[in-house]
Amino acid sequence: MEVIADAISWVLIALGSFFLVSGAIGLIRMPDVYTRMHAASVIDTLGAMLLILGLVFQAGFSLLALKLLFVIALLFFFGPVASHALAQAALHAGIEPLLAEDRRGRDVPGGDEPEPDGKQEGVPST
Amino acid sequence: MFVLATSAVLLALLLAVIRAIRGPTVFDRVLAGNTVGTLAILLLASIGFLTGRPEFLDIGLTYGLLNLIGTFAVLKFFRHGDLAYDVDENQEGKAWK
Amino acid sequence: MRSLVLAVALFLFWLALSGHYTPFLLTVGVLCVALTVFVASRMFIVDDEGQPMELLLAAPTYWAWLYVEIAKSAVTVTRIILDPKLPISPTFTRVRASQKTSAGLATYANSITLTPGTITTGVSDDILTVHAIIREGADDLEAGGMDKRVRQFEGDT
Repeated sequence: MEVIADAISWVLIALGSFFLVSGAIGLIRMPDVYTRMHAASVIDTLGAMLLILGLVFQAGFSLLALKLLFVIALLFFFGPVASHALAQAALHAGIEPLLAEDRRGRDVPGGDEPEPDGKQEGVPST
Repeated sequence: MFVLATSAVLLALLLAVIRAIRGPTVFDRVLAGNTVGTLAILLLASIGFLTGRPEFLDIGLTYGLLNLIGTFAVLKFFRHGDLAYDVDENQEGKAWK
Repeated sequence: MRSLVLAVALFLFWLALSGHYTPFLLTVGVLCVALTVFVASRMFIVDDEGQPMELLLAAPTYWAWLYVEIAKSAVTVTRIILDPKLPISPTFTRVRASQKTSAGLATYANSITLTPGTITTGVSDDILTVHAIIREGADDLEAGGMDKRVRQFEGDT
């Protein structure tokens, strides 16, 4: 039993470390701030969560494991809030994203409410 | 195994710090700073296990909360400071009711 | 009722973080919880938006589903990062959120942001502006699978 838990946590920690490092490489390689945000979210989600899950298997059933789960919950709930605020602030400051395709002007299908007029809100025109 | 985790976190930290230094915009730096905060939590956790003193985790939790507040403070400053003041602000008022 | 649930949750949080169960610390904990609940109700944030406890029962299955989605798209993004050619095709798009409650809308927007490869950059009424790192990510969101899943999660209770 001990051996199995050890093996699982080994695998989780190794995987988490891999995603951490590759997310950080993405942080260096990506061309602009929006694409870098995607790389950073790999670190925030899969990398951090796998690493911490691996540590949970090391901690066993204890208060420590519970605290590690709190750390996961913290990242889970506040990570997207921070990256959303960052993306919105960057757009607001007028930083132009590198785009391969811009579909912001498209009609949004579905829903029963009337379409809002074509005006873009809070988004600098490209 | 904890050595592996710690060195991976340190390597990622190094890359994030390089991004923070190179910029080029302030938002790149804030993003890198936020990532450094996340990595610091992980570093505290794995060092705690490495040295057999997992109490470090409490500091990590506190650090995570402070990191969130710090990120928001910097973003608010740059949003309402000189950088973005004359851009139309209509998005905030229309938030979901 | 909501205040009671909030108080119990806060007290469990206190117990989990403290780890010392002496009478003095327990009393201090109860006092802190009472103060926090009092302040929260004075701020009128103990409502269905600030504390969506109806969603609590449906949450674990939704989170499990979301974890799988996160893992899938994180692997995709990692492939892109490690690809020597860096095959990104950043796309901005707008999608409609069909959730009825604000908690549901926040869940949807945050789930989009949490999934690597897509970030919600703006919300106006029920239209979300989303930045995706590759075209396929934007296509998936426009197809509306996640929207449907969140609506189901919201309506489960």
